Amino acid sequence: MKRQIPLAIAFICGIGMIIQFFIPHPVSQRTYQEALQWQIIVGIFMAIIAIRSLFVVHIDKIKRKKEGWGYSFITLFAVLFTAFVGIRIGIGEDSLFSHLYAYIMVPMQSTMFSLLAFYMASAAYRAFKARTAQATLLLVVALIVMFGRVPIGEKVAPWLPAFIEWILMYPNMAAQRGILLGVGLGMIATSLKIILGIERGYLGGG
Amino acid sequence: MSLNPWIWLAALLTVCTFTFLWRDNPFYKFAEHLFVGVSVGYTIAILYWNAFMPRVWEPIVINHQFYVLLPTILGILSFAIFFKKISWLIRYPIAFIMGAGCGISVPRSFQGYIFRHMQGTITAISPGQSNLLLISNIIMVIGVIATLLYFYFSIEHKGFIGKVANVGIWYIMLAFGAGFGYTVMARVSLLIGRLQFLLHDWLGVID
Repeated sequence: MKRQIPLAIAFICGIGMIIQFFIPHPVSQRTYQEALQWQIIVGIFMAIIAIRSLFVVHIDKIKRKKEGWGYSFITLFAVLFTAFVGIRIGIGEDSLFSHLYAYIMVPMQSTMFSLLAFYMASAAYRAFKARTAQATLLLVVALIVMFGRVPIGEKVAPWLPAFIEWILMYPNMAAQRGILLGVGLGMIATSLKIILGIERGYLGGG
Repeated sequence: MSLNPWIWLAALLTVCTFTFLWRDNPFYKFAEHLFVGVSVGYTIAILYWNAFMPRVWEPIVINHQFYVLLPTILGILSFAIFFKKISWLIRYPIAFIMGAGCGISVPRSFQGYIFRHMQGTITAISPGQSNLLLISNIIMVIGVIATLLYFYFSIEHKGFIGKVANVGIWYIMLAFGAGFGYTVMARVSLLIGRLQFLLHDWLGVID
């Protein structure tokens, strides 16, 4: 009951979805769509667990008065307020909810990512300090790509955009293909191990 | 200068986030915690309207499609984790997600990752190509083989294999360099966007 049934569920669902792929029949397509729906429905309840754990962490932080506990109030208030606004008032265009998205989430997300520009520059400096030929190649290619993608790069060296295109289309594509073939094989191997019950880590202990 | 309070809010939060460049400080922490909270609240509302209502509530309560109760009960079993005695029941929904997800991914990985890239590599060198294209494609095919060999650990990387694997490292570093360059450019373009927002939309000091 505790381990065998979950393993059977994973096996039946896994093999069923593999077989379904090779049957071009409306019933098979319907099964696939239904499986996706079921995954989303189960996912809703999984998301509730994740949200609960956020609350548990922050409430615990406040109760124990851990360092920075005051900020946990901001997080909890923001969660409750945004969720309340979205659920009770609605998520339509020009609603308060869409304003929260457009004027808090979007600017902060892009600012957070833009901060990385500064830290990546220092990371590049550290890579250059490594002084190995391969690290130097990484940095040189990065500089060529960056320089060639701005207007001044094309002005200084008109051949640069075509050269960058060549780098991306051939040597870069070669490495990408090698990596993606590896990723694909890894995904297939791991999926088969889970379906066949060889990999059982997701069941946890007990 | 803008008089829109929403622009002011976005601008002040942007400035608070940028203060992290100086060091970690209360303004940044405030913005960070607010961002996390709003993001989670946003996810809750979107899940409610785009997932729960159309896929659970409406089919069961309004359309009386009671077979939807099956995945709903499977999902509710996730809450067993809160009760120690029956916490193992969470394995049922997880097994479903894992099994169905893996089953869906196997043939699609073959199609999307393996066959497509193998086809692209095998058919790259073909008769009637110009010399430049032919050399470029040979460079690409060598790169694919060298990169794959670098990730192949079932044989020791020494002798000829070691040399080919070493060529693979050069290709990988070149690809990482290109990826790094593009990522930096994307981040810089975001930074320009934020500065434009502050100087144009908020302060109005540039056109």
